[in-house]
Amino acid sequence: MSKSAIDGPTKGGFSFDLCRRNEMLVKKGLKGPSFLKTGTTIVGLVFQDGVILGADTRATEGPIVADKNCEKIHYIAPNIYCCGAGTAADTEAVTDMVSSQLTLHRYHTGRESRVVTALTLLKSHLFSYQGYVSAALVLGGVDVTGPHLHTIYPHGSTDTLPFATMGSGSLAAMAVFESKYCEGLTRDEGVQLVAEAISSGIFNDLGSGSNVDICVLTKGHKEYLRNHLQPNPRTYISQKGSFSKKTEVLLTKITPLNKLVEVIEGGDAMEE
Amino acid sequence: MTKEHANWSPYDNNGGTCVAIAGAEYCVVAADTRMSSGYNILTRDYSKIAQLADKCSMASSGFQADVRALQKHLEARHLIYQHQHNKQMSTPAMAQLLSNTLYYKRFFPYYAFNVLGGLDSQGKGCVFTYDAVGSYERVGYSSQGSGSTLIMPFLDNQLKSPSPLLLPAKDAVTPLSESEAIDLVKTCFASATERDIYTGDKLEIVILNAEGIRREYMELRKD
Repeated sequence: MSKSAIDGPTKGGFSFDLCRRNEMLVKKGLKGPSFLKTGTTIVGLVFQDGVILGADTRATEGPIVADKNCEKIHYIAPNIYCCGAGTAADTEAVTDMVSSQLTLHRYHTGRESRVVTALTLLKSHLFSYQGYVSAALVLGGVDVTGPHLHTIYPHGSTDTLPFATMGSGSLAAMAVFESKYCEGLTRDEGVQLVAEAISSGIFNDLGSGSNVDICVLTKGHKEYLRNHLQPNPRTYISQKGSFSKKTEVLLTKITPLNKLVEVIEGGDAMEE
Repeated sequence: MTKEHANWSPYDNNGGTCVAIAGAEYCVVAADTRMSSGYNILTRDYSKIAQLADKCSMASSGFQADVRALQKHLEARHLIYQHQHNKQMSTPAMAQLLSNTLYYKRFFPYYAFNVLGGLDSQGKGCVFTYDAVGSYERVGYSSQGSGSTLIMPFLDNQLKSPSPLLLPAKDAVTPLSESEAIDLVKTCFASATERDIYTGDKLEIVILNAEGIRREYMELRKD
């Protein structure tokens, strides 16, 4: 599609040119490409010395598990991490983008990044895409102003909370938090509670599963506990050891290549 | 004039997977015990396998309310048959009855995906596989339900005879022993559970052979 000079510079955002054609194809019976959604249970809570984030590790494509052990706790800054639910590509892209922007901002200002900065960058990006970037995030971190925990919805709204859950398993996890959360938890109590909330999502929500990832953020220190809990080992391994390949050889034909090509000894080595 | 779409459906899918394998002198019928709706688990301990006759079992996945209604119908019809003929129904006879029952509701189907397993009158294993409206076929092995797309290719790889031209695979029962077949079924379900969110919790295996009927259970992943 050519753009004439009169149109001016190309505007950002989505191009809806193909929507009519897509609708027509769907009416004719075409099944559109599915997105890799993370199903998911993600949580965050504020404790005595900082913030703890938690997530499960299952990525689904409809009813099928696409990744049994993916990472949903994304790095934003040395003192800020973000859990992502929704479309996996969207959560990856948006957190990577804001992470890069913050690195440049740190060079520019010479200061440690603040959680509200990440929050503003994420919410304004998501709002400008009007909810089409399907990323539901739990953002947490500790900066000079103290520990912070926020939730960010795909349309761009945010909440600031002492404890939060997102994703298809959010109700299962929130049930645990609402029963057992209190202010001023110690680190071990907080990790235990987050693990319990994620486990609740893992076992009671079909969109979440596999292992529990945890990230503990305190002033000047972070602890990324990848696969902190692994409550779902494979239940049965066959006694046979391995299954035979069962392929049948139909024909064996050996063609000596030196009859067909010319082999030059020495010569130049191929460049990488 | 666009067609108005219903805002209510009489059906729901409770998920789950069923498998049946026929051997020379046995038949194995297995199903997981998870019943779900959407992203929720309704129960972890629901049997999808019904004992229709002495030597005949049916495993069904799909909409469990329809499955239960179908099971009750077939059990009642079997009772009537026993009163009229003074003997149990043979597995091929039950297979035909199931097909007719399903087709009877061709225009408001039982949302049930069935595999029928049992011993025929010679004591050889037989498996019949169905679609929702009664189309059926006698096979050596089959799987139905949410995990069937994951399990069927593996069973084809392990059980299908290498050259269908030499040995028609349709009538051939597997040469595997009973314990090997059970090992295969357990592996199928453990693997399907890894990748299908609707399969899991527990596996129920029903083994039919000359001695009678035996049940085995195995734990599966609960996430």
